[in-house]
Amino acid sequence: MKILTGNDLKSGAVTWWTGYDWSIHVEDAVDVGDEADAIAAREEGARRVNAPYAIDAERDANGGVRPAHIKDRIRALGPTVRPDLTLKPADPEAGNWVI
Amino acid sequence: MYRYDHYDQAMVDSRVEEFRDQTRRRLEGKLSEDQFKPLRLQNGLYLQLHAYMLRVAIPYGTLSGAQMHALADIAGKYDRGYGHFTTRQNIQYNWIKLEEAPDLLADLARVEMHAIQTSGNCIRNISSDQYAGAIADEIIDPRPYAELLRQWSSFHPEFLALPRKFKIAVIASQTDRAAMKLHDIGIRMVRNDAGEIGAAFYVGGGMGRTPMIAPCIREFVPVDQLITYSEACLRVYNRYGRRDNKYKARIKILVHELGREEYTRQVEEEFAHLLTQGIEPPLAELERIATFFADPPFETGLADDAVRSDPGFALWLDRNTLPHKQPGYAIAVISLKPVGGIPGDASVEQMHLMADLAMRYSFDECRVTHAQNIVLPHVRKADLFAIWQQLEAAGLGAANLDTVEDIIACPGLDYCSLANARSIPVAQKISRRFADTGKTAELGELKLKISGCINACGHHHAGHIGILGVDRKGTENYQLLLGGSEGDDTSLGKITGPGFDEDGIVDAVERATDVYLARRREGERFLDTYRRVGIDAFKEAIYG
Repeated sequence: MKILTGNDLKSGAVTWWTGYDWSIHVEDAVDVGDEADAIAAREEGARRVNAPYAIDAERDANGGVRPAHIKDRIRALGPTVRPDLTLKPADPEAGNWVI
Repeated sequence: MYRYDHYDQAMVDSRVEEFRDQTRRRLEGKLSEDQFKPLRLQNGLYLQLHAYMLRVAIPYGTLSGAQMHALADIAGKYDRGYGHFTTRQNIQYNWIKLEEAPDLLADLARVEMHAIQTSGNCIRNISSDQYAGAIADEIIDPRPYAELLRQWSSFHPEFLALPRKFKIAVIASQTDRAAMKLHDIGIRMVRNDAGEIGAAFYVGGGMGRTPMIAPCIREFVPVDQLITYSEACLRVYNRYGRRDNKYKARIKILVHELGREEYTRQVEEEFAHLLTQGIEPPLAELERIATFFADPPFETGLADDAVRSDPGFALWLDRNTLPHKQPGYAIAVISLKPVGGIPGDASVEQMHLMADLAMRYSFDECRVTHAQNIVLPHVRKADLFAIWQQLEAAGLGAANLDTVEDIIACPGLDYCSLANARSIPVAQKISRRFADTGKTAELGELKLKISGCINACGHHHAGHIGILGVDRKGTENYQLLLGGSEGDDTSLGKITGPGFDEDGIVDAVERATDVYLARRREGERFLDTYRRVGIDAFKEAIYG
């Protein structure tokens, strides 16, 4: 699947396109098919996202979304060396998802 | 240390307001990202993996206590409670909000700091010897010259759009503690046979994807021609640097392609022309600047030893302090490399403590080193124990300066959008491995440096042991290099062979150190043994 990601213009936070809005949770991302460029142009023009780009991802057995490249998995979770600053600070195993 | 005059302050304040207006227009949609990006980068604001990142310039790494306190306050107010000290003696904040960046810059300006020219194709922050003004082996304090160069290069209209970024280091001793020959221009202040002060110019060094050691192009430039000669070096580069290819745009490529002789000839020609133009600032300005770097009022008659009754303190004393030029004083280095920690990171609380220690014990001054540590440059030996106790209590008491645990590491793929692999977890595993095996002290001086990509912010080319993270078909892979050095004997490390995964590289590093322990001769460092026995003995042990 293709998913669309970028950073929030004001905060810089990593965001994912949900089909109608932007979420900080990658599991909310939807397959944008071949619409990535059109959505990116529209949303960037509306200042709802900064520097959006499409990436490959796959849906796992639990229905979650896993970006294909480690860089985007780190973006999705947070720095692996600071679990307390990730989106899942209470989950000690969260870093394994990245690797 | 240098204090802003009203020109400096006015320039920085006006720049903050200019950026405030640019940010407002961006948030209102009056500027696109394409239009805004070069403006934010000129103010040190990058967009990294997780958020905006702000790089703050720390001129030649020197900070007052108030400035360090302000950096701590910023980490608490605008970031997530910490900052990251970098290999260019700067600090970076990883979680900055665009809408708050102008206020942050205004807070910085209140303590005479900014983030200008910490990005972009301009002359970056001038770096220097972290022990300047304190160490006995320097011929003169290099910082007034670094400050003069800072003033010359700040907003210099001719050099704000160079072919690529440009880094200058200034030292004033035979011992190079600033990786001077690995800069675009390295300047060593020297004294000639007549006893006059001047500058030796090394031009065309650098790391990155094409590492090169800068050749000396002139052994003595009179001190009253320092800026003129620098300008000549920059002009030739600005005229002929490769703007057509980003990867060939650094001055090292120009010097290499022209050859040292031809580049030097062109610089000398330009220099002769510039001498007729009277661009050199009057010596009175240099003398004015130098007054800010006069020695602090050292006490005399102090005891020249420290009580060593606590074994932990004695270890720290031996490892993390250096002789000071003034009897009764020492240079103390605060390691930001706790075992298993993140190299260069310091929390709000730790920064406040270091600021307090600087104010109370070190004439209100501290330094950031390119090895990502903090220096208290002027400490009475009698105060060292009290300092160490406070550092220990704050998790800053690691006694590992210049050891295998004192690892330089770039932010890597945990933070950096350019990185191909993570650097920090590798550093953490290596420091834990050697702390656990207890070999750190036995290995002695061993400089280990890790970069998460070929841009080499972690100085891997210059490590006695270097590690380069690469992306191999979407998987992190680590190449091992041996034999680099950034000191007087500057050399570039050689790749040993195929790369390793994260655990494999830790094993490979340990095997390399085992070769050293088995084959070293009396008094040899790791680097000395490597140079004597050659790479093959190490490869055999590493790859079996």
